[in-house]
Amino acid sequence: MIKLEGISKIFPGQKHHAVKNLNLEINKGDVCVLVGPSGCGKTTTMKMINRLYEPTEGKIFIGGEDALNKDLIKLRLDIGYVIQEIGLFPHMTIEQNIATVPNEKHWPKEKTKEKVEEVMNLVGLDPKIFKDRYPAALSGGQRQRVGVARAMVADPPIMLMDEPFGAVDPITRARLQNEFLRIQEGMEKTIVFVTHDIDEAIKMSETIVVMREGEIVQHATPSDLLSAPADEFVSNLVGRNRSIKRLHLIRIHEILEELGRVKPIPEDTKTDEIKKRLDESATRTVMVVDSDNKLKGVIGVNDLKQKTGEVAADYYQDVMETITNDATLNDALSVMLECGEGYVAVVNENNQYEGTITLGDLLNVVKEDS
Amino acid sequence: MDHFIVPLLNLFRAAESGIVLSAQAEDPGVIRETINYIARRIDLIGELMLEHLWLVIIAIVIAVVVSVVVGIIISYYERSAQAVLWLCQILMVIPSLAMLAFMVPLFGIGFTTGVVALILYSLLPVVRNTYTGIRELSPAIVEAAKGMGMTEWRILTKIKIPLATPVIMAGIRTATVMVVGIAAIAAYVGAGGLGELIFQGISRSNEPMIIVGAIGVSIIALAFDFLLHWGEKHFAAKGKPGEVTEE
Repeated sequence: MIKLEGISKIFPGQKHHAVKNLNLEINKGDVCVLVGPSGCGKTTTMKMINRLYEPTEGKIFIGGEDALNKDLIKLRLDIGYVIQEIGLFPHMTIEQNIATVPNEKHWPKEKTKEKVEEVMNLVGLDPKIFKDRYPAALSGGQRQRVGVARAMVADPPIMLMDEPFGAVDPITRARLQNEFLRIQEGMEKTIVFVTHDIDEAIKMSETIVVMREGEIVQHATPSDLLSAPADEFVSNLVGRNRSIKRLHLIRIHEILEELGRVKPIPEDTKTDEIKKRLDESATRTVMVVDSDNKLKGVIGVNDLKQKTGEVAADYYQDVMETITNDATLNDALSVMLECGEGYVAVVNENNQYEGTITLGDLLNVVKEDS
Repeated sequence: MDHFIVPLLNLFRAAESGIVLSAQAEDPGVIRETINYIARRIDLIGELMLEHLWLVIIAIVIAVVVSVVVGIIISYYERSAQAVLWLCQILMVIPSLAMLAFMVPLFGIGFTTGVVALILYSLLPVVRNTYTGIRELSPAIVEAAKGMGMTEWRILTKIKIPLATPVIMAGIRTATVMVVGIAAIAAYVGAGGLGELIFQGISRSNEPMIIVGAIGVSIIALAFDFLLHWGEKHFAAKGKPGEVTEE
């Protein structure tokens, strides 16, 4: 889908190559992550694809077409673009921001409106609440969502993303990443993704391109990169705890089946029954669900001591953080560390309880692997 | 609020000369005489005020169009920008009487000369603010617009100018208030306006005329300032943070 042939870039007034004789082919529907330390040329490489930088040498083909001889505006309108600081237009509402490319393409108003609402729903922003707001009235995570929505509203076959989830806290970032991967599964877009975070790279990509000083050091699948780093630079980048990094590659739903579910209890369970269940439970906790299997709360051994009623509904505690089943095991680990608990409850998109992952489960996975 | 200084200075100067003159005439009733004068010559005063307003509005409208265009152009050419801003600065520091004297051989005596001089004075604040307003936009915003495929013209009209508008408005406000004061001096070359009252008052030692002229100039300046300040706030209101709902 995207083919870079012998691409070089020297910025005016500089002696060194920012990018040097780079060859890269990205298949349709793949997420290709460019990763490396700052100044390694990853952003430069990406920006040459939509010609924000013109390459000094080399050729770029997009879908077989020579991108360097194509009309610049036409080329860019068909490439979704999300940048680091998002770059939302502060004087426009969220709806107007997202409608940027449709307006440039002169879509009829109705079609634009429909499509804007569609992508807003897709990225998890309720159009009724958000479409008339200005970017200043949004949280960091919501702005990132708008950035992604704006890039994909016109359904471009290719998207370029420059650290799109950079400026948010780790938990929000993990959530955005998972949602993005879920969306990508249904869309099959070809994505070039730039990051300096190797964990993000391993999690998001079909293939990883490790760059250093304007050149490709290794181009491999995440799994190959972890098991066979090309040289010391790559293995340093990947880090020593490679088996922990593998946690990025495994989704919760993949291991949840094997674990066997710990049955949750309904809200009207009597204290005696709860006691029995607590004794059986490895985490010394039980989850409380309503008739619709939605997660309501959790009861631990301590809660039972200080109980204020006769049934579960009287004294269950709120669950601090849950995790969705499409998250990775590493996300589960960070939630556990964040909350200081040895377990985390897994729910689906409708907040229905699916199971519980414990620290022990994660250790087992790491052990099996190494 | 440095742009208040010009009208206020006029007011002080006028009041000062009024006091000096009245002291010479040993006449304590300046205020009564002034009120009498206003009552008697209300038609003339109104006419001169309108003339003054007209002079300022014409000059500012032309100056804004020219300056915004110049400001936009130099925002694309970093090198020319410094030269143009320097030139505008020089124009601004020429004393107003000297500037008017330069204009007379070119445009003769009358309204046009006054307008041209006022335009030259108001160039700097507007050009500079247009230039800075555009240059200081977040590069991420401009890059996002470019990367998504907006043409340079669309980026200018849809992104750059609207976002720079509050800064440009501030420049227009500074220029306008300043020009209201300088316009009084333009009466010297026969451009009309409230300056005529002041100059005549000085030559005839008629203090009520001077005071009325000065107060009129100040009222116009304050009115413009208030109006443009309101306009600035109106433009800046967009995109202000509202309530943030956390995720």
